Amino acid sequence: MMSEGSSFMKGMVLGGIFCLVMSFFENFNSGTHSEVHEHLHHHLKPLSKDELEKLSESQMSDLPLQVRVYCLIMVTPKLLVHWATANDTWSKHCDKSVFYTSESSKALEAVDLQEQDEWARLRKAIKHAYENAGDLRWFFVARPTTFAIIENLKYLVLDKDPSQPFYIGHTEKSGELDYVEYDSGIVLSYEAMRRLIEMFKDEDRCPERGHALWKTSEEKQLATCLKYSGVFAENGEDAQGKGLFNKKSVSSLISDSMGQNPADVVEACCSDMAITFAGMSPSQMQVLMYGVYRLRPYGHDFHDSLTFLPPKDSDND
Amino acid sequence: MTQPQHLKSRTQHIRATWGRRCNIVLYMSSEASDFPTVGLNVSEGRNQLYWKTIRAFQHIHMHHLDDADWFLKADDDTFVVLENLRYGLSKHNTEEPLYFGRRFKPFVAQGYMSGGAGYVLSKEALRRFVKGFADGLCSHDTNIEDIGLGKCMETMKVQLGDSRDVLGRQTFHPYPPHYYLTRQLPRPRPWYLLYEHYHPVEGPGCCSDLAISFHYIDAVQMHTLEYYTYHLHPYGYKYRFNPDERSDNRNNN
Repeated sequence: MMSEGSSFMKGMVLGGIFCLVMSFFENFNSGTHSEVHEHLHHHLKPLSKDELEKLSESQMSDLPLQVRVYCLIMVTPKLLVHWATANDTWSKHCDKSVFYTSESSKALEAVDLQEQDEWARLRKAIKHAYENAGDLRWFFVARPTTFAIIENLKYLVLDKDPSQPFYIGHTEKSGELDYVEYDSGIVLSYEAMRRLIEMFKDEDRCPERGHALWKTSEEKQLATCLKYSGVFAENGEDAQGKGLFNKKSVSSLISDSMGQNPADVVEACCSDMAITFAGMSPSQMQVLMYGVYRLRPYGHDFHDSLTFLPPKDSDND
Repeated sequence: MTQPQHLKSRTQHIRATWGRRCNIVLYMSSEASDFPTVGLNVSEGRNQLYWKTIRAFQHIHMHHLDDADWFLKADDDTFVVLENLRYGLSKHNTEEPLYFGRRFKPFVAQGYMSGGAGYVLSKEALRRFVKGFADGLCSHDTNIEDIGLGKCMETMKVQLGDSRDVLGRQTFHPYPPHYYLTRQLPRPRPWYLLYEHYHPVEGPGCCSDLAISFHYIDAVQMHTLEYYTYHLHPYGYKYRFNPDERSDNRNNN
């Protein structure tokens, strides 16, 4: 009896290990033939100062009107204070902001997706946004715990054609998969959205409810679906190669810089054109709003080549 | 105003950020050092602060009166935007007896300026302060530096200026930004706004875009405010507040 039981157990363990190993290999294989593609567009930077200066006056005044952003803000009632803060701060700078929630809240307006599963919710939100985009061609997905400077996002994609597939943010690698981190915000062009929504129909390669024994995060599932449609993650950086999308708070980054670069804390820390920060408390986000859109030294001119106007009906910017 | 124990934890961050924007910066301490600090003949401690301030202004009067037009006193946990200070002072005459800062109501009949938020003396105000002590009209009758200085200013007929911007928003702040900026439902004054001379505003209307100071700023916040003020900016953003277009729109509270 004992020897039969232990053979069975050995068989189960071996079989389990075999399954795990095979599913890891699956990830490895899909990467190799598209290696060339992956490295071509890995780092994405804004237009340089020189290139901007070469634009004609009519191009200069047209560009800010052409780059328009639809913000998808993925909320839950648990994040109510951050939700209210995002609503009161940075989301006002999107051309269109829509809050998508897992369940409705009496306090704040949102599209109620009535969905607890995060990946299923994200899929529904993406479909809704694409259908309601109007003439908006850039999409920004974030949680309300992220703070975004939309003008800097527009500056980054100013010269990129949204009828091409773009998937931008802070990129990380998981095995052979390059993905954009959710916490620091995800940028998608209209074409990337279109391809993604097509891929949603493929239940094998892009399932709505995962088949795996363990759950992969939405950010990786998103990256996988996009990859199958030929859309690859790109890291958003400034001209000096500094990341524009941050999953840490400003004080966390400054604190790190004080340890690593004590002689040059601010210079070494973060980009002047940073797009996102995450992990900040609601009151830190209010201070960031003031710090970004209002606090400045009299007489300081950044010599920016374009103009973005402040939003209507807002008193904290 | 600083002390030997704070040079590494606080003062070096001032030196690395806004200190270098002063025309002259003097780090006042009980001990001279290579930081460099000026050694005043005092000991450290909150109860010595007014003595230290008196000695600091006497030192400046003796050695630097002609080296500058205005004289700012700040703490080693105050963040200052020098450009906005210069802008605020530009329409005033330093030969008049004036001092600017965050105006508080109590303890002194004409009021006084908060020490933590920092205050600025005109050249004439500095002369009168030093003369007050020299002639025995002012004395060290309190340990509380800002109240003591405020009383001497009143005795020596130095006027309190209004440092608010053209929309009536404050520029000097005795607490960090998050104390003021968070929106609040109408409520009785919280403890940190009890001394205010001008009617305080909570929420975004609290603070001028061209703020001059914030206080109780630790090392990380010092560099963070430096980053917000001088580096991080929204590309091409057209600011709503343009004071030069509105110089006759003063909001009288």
